[in-house]
Amino acid sequence: MSNAIEVRALVKRYDALAAVDHIDFDVPEGSVFAFLGPNGAGKTTTTEMLEGLRRRTSGDIRVLGLDPWTDGQELHHQIGVIPQEFRFFEKITPKEAIVYYGRLFGKQPDPAALLDQVQLTDKANSRFDTLSGGQKQKLGLALSLVDEPRVCFLDEPTTGLDPHARRAIWKVVRDLKRDGRTVFLTTHYLEEAELLADQVAIINRGRIVARGTPREIIETYGGPERLRVQGPPELAEYVRQKLGIAVRYESGRLEIALREKGDALRILSVIDASGLPWNGFATERDTLEDVFVHLVGQMDEGVLKSAAPTAGGAP
Amino acid sequence: MNPRRIGGDLSIVAHGYVRNPIALFFSLIFPVILIMLFGLIFASTGATTVTLYAQDFDHSPTSVAFLQALNKTHLVQVQVVGASVGNLSTYLGQNGDSAGLVIPQGFGQNFTAHRPVKVILYTNPQDASSAGTATGALQSVISAFNLQAACGGNSSGNCTPVIGASSLNVGSQVYTYIDYLVPGLIGFSILTSPMFSMVDVTASYRKDGLFRQLSLTPLTRGEWLASRFIWYTMLTFASAALMLAIGSAIFGAHVTFSIWLVPFLIGGPLFFVSLGMLAGTVSKIPETAAVIGNVITFPMMFLAGTFFPVSSFSPGLQLVAKVLPLYYVIDGMNQVLLFNNLSRAIGDLAVVLIGAVIVFALAIYFFKWRDE
Repeated sequence: MSNAIEVRALVKRYDALAAVDHIDFDVPEGSVFAFLGPNGAGKTTTTEMLEGLRRRTSGDIRVLGLDPWTDGQELHHQIGVIPQEFRFFEKITPKEAIVYYGRLFGKQPDPAALLDQVQLTDKANSRFDTLSGGQKQKLGLALSLVDEPRVCFLDEPTTGLDPHARRAIWKVVRDLKRDGRTVFLTTHYLEEAELLADQVAIINRGRIVARGTPREIIETYGGPERLRVQGPPELAEYVRQKLGIAVRYESGRLEIALREKGDALRILSVIDASGLPWNGFATERDTLEDVFVHLVGQMDEGVLKSAAPTAGGAP
Repeated sequence: MNPRRIGGDLSIVAHGYVRNPIALFFSLIFPVILIMLFGLIFASTGATTVTLYAQDFDHSPTSVAFLQALNKTHLVQVQVVGASVGNLSTYLGQNGDSAGLVIPQGFGQNFTAHRPVKVILYTNPQDASSAGTATGALQSVISAFNLQAACGGNSSGNCTPVIGASSLNVGSQVYTYIDYLVPGLIGFSILTSPMFSMVDVTASYRKDGLFRQLSLTPLTRGEWLASRFIWYTMLTFASAALMLAIGSAIFGAHVTFSIWLVPFLIGGPLFFVSLGMLAGTVSKIPETAAVIGNVITFPMMFLAGTFFPVSSFSPGLQLVAKVLPLYYVIDGMNQVLLFNNLSRAIGDLAVVLIGAVIVFALAIYFFKWRDE
């Protein structure tokens, strides 16, 4: 499989500050690539250099074999872009916007079909300034598809959207992949990346700190699988003494690291034999979000959000 | 330049515009309100300041003293024009001036020799107050000179007047305030619609990232600017038609449509669409850009001959008016609509078109939709 995007030793400097500092990655054609990082890490700068909106300081970028800065006109016929917080002419309706883009690109798109694809049919004739944030993003997505692009750049397409709207955009991303298109996705939602992406790269302070499939990243950088059991503090002490292993106790819950799957059965049989009360149990691994927080080391509220609570609790 | 893309963008501009009542109001309705208001207020009146244009064919100490005496009345302000302007009456008519004076050759010699001599005063009967003021000032100075020449210098007491005055009407056509208001308000539309709108659009689209969005399409900066230029030219034609129709039908303006009006209705919007975009490019902050746009627009709105003929301004202000590009648009339209003075109109048009090409080139050069 050839690469839709190739980035080598890419640097973007603003005076002394290296916003992007010698990064390398490839995005195979037909895959979904998630580019993650906290605010100010260099995600949008990188994305805009890939889109041809920003000139790089050094390094090389090829998108479908073209240099985005010098070959922008040609490239823009082959890529679709939704910027963060998509904006458009306020008095124009989604249907008119699609016809407009069709005329710019020399295409004759079917507005009804495109609006149906992004679930915006009911707002086809509403002016842009009356649309909600999610509806505006959906229109941005529809417009990015007018020219039937081979590569779609989606820069935080679901930020601020309600769960229903978010799932609608996820469906479009899956459809794009099914149609063989490449999707370059930046997102704050780690669950989104885990659900949609074939490959993930995490950028922090301008450098890529992890790269691979979500599973590879979790296995490489995450902690071991853990057993969680609800019970009293005495139970934690009992297990420590009986098995001679470390037991973490917090909020009415024991947490024990597992070296191998069979450990869970042994520990549970000890717990059951203790005669002490215990309730549900579950095993769990680090999520991509856990790994992200660990790697970036600077999670703060509002910077990184989870689309849904992480799984856990009794089976 | 791709006509399909320009057409597509033009349709978006048009849709946005007709759905924006404020933009429509200021483009088409506001000038109509202005012409109705000014037309009613100043109907059948002329300019308010009396500037007396004097053509001195004598150039003698006496003629110079005569003009200085007129200035000292503080009723008129003498502005000397050379023989090169040709017939003073025609000159006054073409420039919308209400009062002029011709001092014939031999004025000084005749005066010294106590031989009768006549000066010619041109006034506009429709501008009664200016005519009255100029006549009054002239008569008082003539009386003083006659008194000095005939009575003061002759002890016999034979006070025969030496200097007399003939009074004639200005020009072959009498122009009223409304005649100047029609081209003036067409110029107002040419200036204000594109300037206010383009400054705002350029600054706010950049701030909102809309230009970056458009840069991802095949639309070029030149095509984007071209569609705006076409739109504002269309608005200008609509506004000009309204002004000509209302001015003629309601206020009886003496305007005659000429095909030579068309280049001004194209060159004017090209100049101000480009200038608006250039002003909007200077600052990334829309509010600052708006201030810059206002600093450029407001002096032109009042000093370039939109509401009052430039000839009614003081000589200093007239000089200021002549550095404003809108002056040449309005003066050119005055020449083609009122005076049928094509040679001067072509000069004005050349200034407008050369300026428009320069400003257009600068706007395209400085206006970027991508960041470095």
